[in-house]
Amino acid sequence: MDGWDASTKSTVTKIPLLTTRAGPRDGAEWTKRLKEEYQALIKYMEMNKANDNDWFRISSGPDGTKWKGKCWYVHNLLKYEFDLQFDIPVTYPATAPEIELPELDGKTAKMYRGGKICLTIHFKPLWAKNCPRFGVAHALCLGLAPWLAAEVPHLVDTGMIVHKDNVTATKADA
Amino acid sequence: MAGGEHLEKDDVKVAGKEKRVMSSEVVDSNPYSRLMALKRMGIVDNYERIRDFSVAIVGVGGVGSVAAEMLTRCGIGRLLLYDYDTVELANMNRLFFQPHQAGMTKTDAAVQTLSGINPDVILESYTQNITTVEGFDKFMGSLTRNIKGESLNGKSGVDLVLSCVDNYEARMVVNQACNELGQTWMESGVSEDAVSGHIQLLIPGETACFACAPPLVVASGIDEKTLKREGVCAASLPTTMGIVAGLLVQNTLKYLLGFGVVSKYLGYSALKDFFPTMEMKPNPQCTNNSCLQRQREYEATKPARDAAAKAEAKRLAAEEAEAASVSLHEENEWNICLLDDEEPKDVRERIPDIPSSSGNLPQGLFRELPDSEVLDKSVISSESFVDPEGDLEDLQRQLEALNAL
Repeated sequence: MDGWDASTKSTVTKIPLLTTRAGPRDGAEWTKRLKEEYQALIKYMEMNKANDNDWFRISSGPDGTKWKGKCWYVHNLLKYEFDLQFDIPVTYPATAPEIELPELDGKTAKMYRGGKICLTIHFKPLWAKNCPRFGVAHALCLGLAPWLAAEVPHLVDTGMIVHKDNVTATKADA
Repeated sequence: MAGGEHLEKDDVKVAGKEKRVMSSEVVDSNPYSRLMALKRMGIVDNYERIRDFSVAIVGVGGVGSVAAEMLTRCGIGRLLLYDYDTVELANMNRLFFQPHQAGMTKTDAAVQTLSGINPDVILESYTQNITTVEGFDKFMGSLTRNIKGESLNGKSGVDLVLSCVDNYEARMVVNQACNELGQTWMESGVSEDAVSGHIQLLIPGETACFACAPPLVVASGIDEKTLKREGVCAASLPTTMGIVAGLLVQNTLKYLLGFGVVSKYLGYSALKDFFPTMEMKPNPQCTNNSCLQRQREYEATKPARDAAAKAEAKRLAAEEAEAASVSLHEENEWNICLLDDEEPKDVRERIPDIPSSSGNLPQGLFRELPDSEVLDKSVISSESFVDPEGDLEDLQRQLEALNAL
């Protein structure tokens, strides 16, 4: 597990692993997998709250294929919040969900067209090795959280994003 | 999402009601004269058949757009084009698209250019993502319609699918669709550092599928760790992409028109001008159920295949015997002697033993991703796994409660 900081590594090992190899076109097996996804997410979110590291909100439609929510990152005591969305691909869990932050589309090179975040070279090999044991919670912990930690400070420093309070202040001045 | 307003659109453009005659007449005004010459020279038996074929191109980027242009110029019958992206100025280091097309969807821009080059080709453009559940259904729907637009009840209506996408996820989706349809396809790829690429033929049940083993890539000769990735997702070159598109369409023409040797896997290393080849058998433990189903079907045809091979060997032997019995000219006043023009059957350097999907790889090739590992149960306790019990609605309520906190 090269490429992640110690706290991410220790967190991810505490997220329960999944067992069912099923994707959204697999009927009853998918329902089983979806229950496992929820259990892992609930545990992860409880853990985050207990450690004072709550950093996302997430929910899915009834069939569990479309997920939406919010995620945030605190930089210099200011909280930057973004919409979060992704689809469960038809080939899941062989392929990981491609997490999108549509508001940041076009603002950073570490993003594919459409707002999909560009993951590190370490993520896909680790996902492949752990298929089908990793789920949405693992993707958030190993994919999105490190991405925010690396990109948000950079986006703020280069002026690509401005905190919402400062936006209002600027508007009031004008 | 870029080009979102086009997402649901299927644009089926049947250009020109009547196709021009595919003439072999050698005049400046005949667009097919140089292609039909392949027939005169004996390279291809019946070039006109190209018009009977439908080819689906998934991904109309640096490789797919060039492949589409090549097939259009060859007079292919029908092209189905899939992409959800739009043309950008950042694409101008590659071939095909032009600056004035920036902002158009890649599929619309491609149809615009291709229909101008050859109005005989039927072009269908699908501006959509194929990896989502709805996108996949539409993808399958389009692949199972014939040239007249009639649904074939789940049977494939295309002759070949070309994967020209730039990511593992989309390749796995093409693999899924082709495994379900029993549809032969070819995969292509260019590395993120732009200095290597590959093409691969996949025949469901007969060759390894894309999920049988982690994807194969060509070593560029650069140490991955020294590769600088700051501020970039991928590099690209028009040369590497054009070469890979050329290799892909060459293999396509050989496959469709039945000439030469169709490559199973052909790699390209630009830094060393090295072209590794290999073949891969399917993995009996593949995690893709449709692949396993196709493997069983292929296995069931073995007696028929063996009989056909035997009959072919017999026919060849008889032909050879007949050729040997034809006597040479009795008089040869000028001592004319012809060189033996019999070509070796297979000019490629063959790899002596065909690796299975998990076997050893030829030099210069490596696996892009690791195999999934079996967990050591002595290290990971059962408490590390989720509890399989529980009610879905109850779990959804629990998560919503946490969301509200």
